Amino acid sequence: MTKDEQTGATLLPRVSTRRKFTLWTLPVTLLLTLLAWEAFTRWSGLPAFMVPSPRAVWSRFLLALDDGSLLRHTVVTLLEVLGGLSLGLTVAICLGYGLAKSRTIERLLAPYIVASQSVPVVAIAPLLVIWFGTGSLSKLLISALIVFFPVLVNTVVGLRSVPVDLRDLMRSLRATRWQIFAKLEVPAAMPVLFGGLKIGATLSVIGAVVGEFVAADEGLGYLINVGRGLYDTALVFVVVFDLVGMALALYGVVAGLERWLLAYREVTSRS
Amino acid sequence: MSESAPILTAYDLSMVYPNGDGGIQALAGVSFTVSRQEFVCFVGPSGCGKTTLLRLLAGLIAPTYGEVVFEGKRLAQPRRRIGFVFQQANLMPWRTVLSNIVLPLELQQVPAREAEDRANNLINLVGLNGFETSYPCDLSGGMAQRVAIARALIHEPNLLLLDEPFGSLDALTRERMGAELMRVWEARTVTVVMVTHSISEAVLLADRVFVLSARPAHVCLDLPIPLPRPRSLEMTHTGAFGKLASQVRLAIEQG
Repeated sequence: MTKDEQTGATLLPRVSTRRKFTLWTLPVTLLLTLLAWEAFTRWSGLPAFMVPSPRAVWSRFLLALDDGSLLRHTVVTLLEVLGGLSLGLTVAICLGYGLAKSRTIERLLAPYIVASQSVPVVAIAPLLVIWFGTGSLSKLLISALIVFFPVLVNTVVGLRSVPVDLRDLMRSLRATRWQIFAKLEVPAAMPVLFGGLKIGATLSVIGAVVGEFVAADEGLGYLINVGRGLYDTALVFVVVFDLVGMALALYGVVAGLERWLLAYREVTSRS
Repeated sequence: MSESAPILTAYDLSMVYPNGDGGIQALAGVSFTVSRQEFVCFVGPSGCGKTTLLRLLAGLIAPTYGEVVFEGKRLAQPRRRIGFVFQQANLMPWRTVLSNIVLPLELQQVPAREAEDRANNLINLVGLNGFETSYPCDLSGGMAQRVAIARALIHEPNLLLLDEPFGSLDALTRERMGAELMRVWEARTVTVVMVTHSISEAVLLADRVFVLSARPAHVCLDLPIPLPRPRSLEMTHTGAFGKLASQVRLAIEQG
């Protein structure tokens, strides 16, 4: 996770000129990177099992696509990721609501929640595999675990940021608890929640792969392990790009959802 | 004005905010009566507890001593027949103008069609035609406050409370909004209690001006404004207006 992702909301291209700018910069920088990479493999003298050339990676990609292995493992990991993301989100939002609403719950749970975050996921991943087996369930749980914290924090912050005056307004209109939740708290917390969701979406991929590294017989993490074992470095590269694509796609879906749901924030005209 | 039954009575309202040493006393024995369809303004030095008073009248907070009686019943919690306009427009940024205005009806589960019809009437009344689908971030301060007034009126409250509603607007917009509020009040059968720190605004708009003393606040002047209606901005230059305004100013200074 980079600094940029944490402040993702402000990084969205808002101005049309900027969108035009990224439209032509992306292919150009991509092409330059590929050229530099190709040049490096050609003149560095490193063997292909250490740094394969872009063309070698491309043909390995086509091969993995052809024999169906890439798609199969991608689907496995993607399902783990989506499951982990949904589970982590659900638990984090429910608990976050409780924490934001009740000082007692906060006092009871907050120390443990914070302490749990100092344990690296890599360290507890083996435990989860022991408890829940080498199948997809343990990966889903690891993914959920890693998604949990940023979403929790953002849920609490989001709910606490609901303006007091709007709460008073709802109270003066005799809104029910449910109406306050649905018509005030949820929409008011949404912008902050989306910040956590974007971080969570990218982290969820890491969680699943970490789990697959520990013990698995399918999934993209497993495929990387296979490639490493066979010195099939081109395959490792293929899987890495596959994972990047997956994380970007998830991020894109969340960012798109955000732009659609929070369109009201964009000023359409200003006299 | 009329000596009809009071809509709102405050008996000896006191408010103490707890803090380390004994608490901060915001109000000390505020008593007054407001008649139906009266337009009443409260003025007083800043920080004297005007906002506290209004929140008490809205039932948002409970007084330490004393009680508020609204339509013959003791006020213990917010009532739907009381509308509230805040210092800031306090709109929901994710709702359009129209859907901000219908919010009170939506909460009462009034059918959407009926709610929109009523909202459109109010949009006409406050002059926001063409902005129904705009979001608050596209509105100027004056427009946003008009939306807030329309929202406070849509469920046809008998009492409208306004907490320095034009305080954040520039002087010109402020005058225009005052005139519009008068028009709205004349068009609807509603009682208005407004807090302001502008003496001329209070004298121009109100049937009666209450002056609050410095903290802890009590009512130190209850001044009927016998100026004829409809009133216009030109009246502010008449001698009668000046006399009333200086009476109010004197009361504030002597607090």
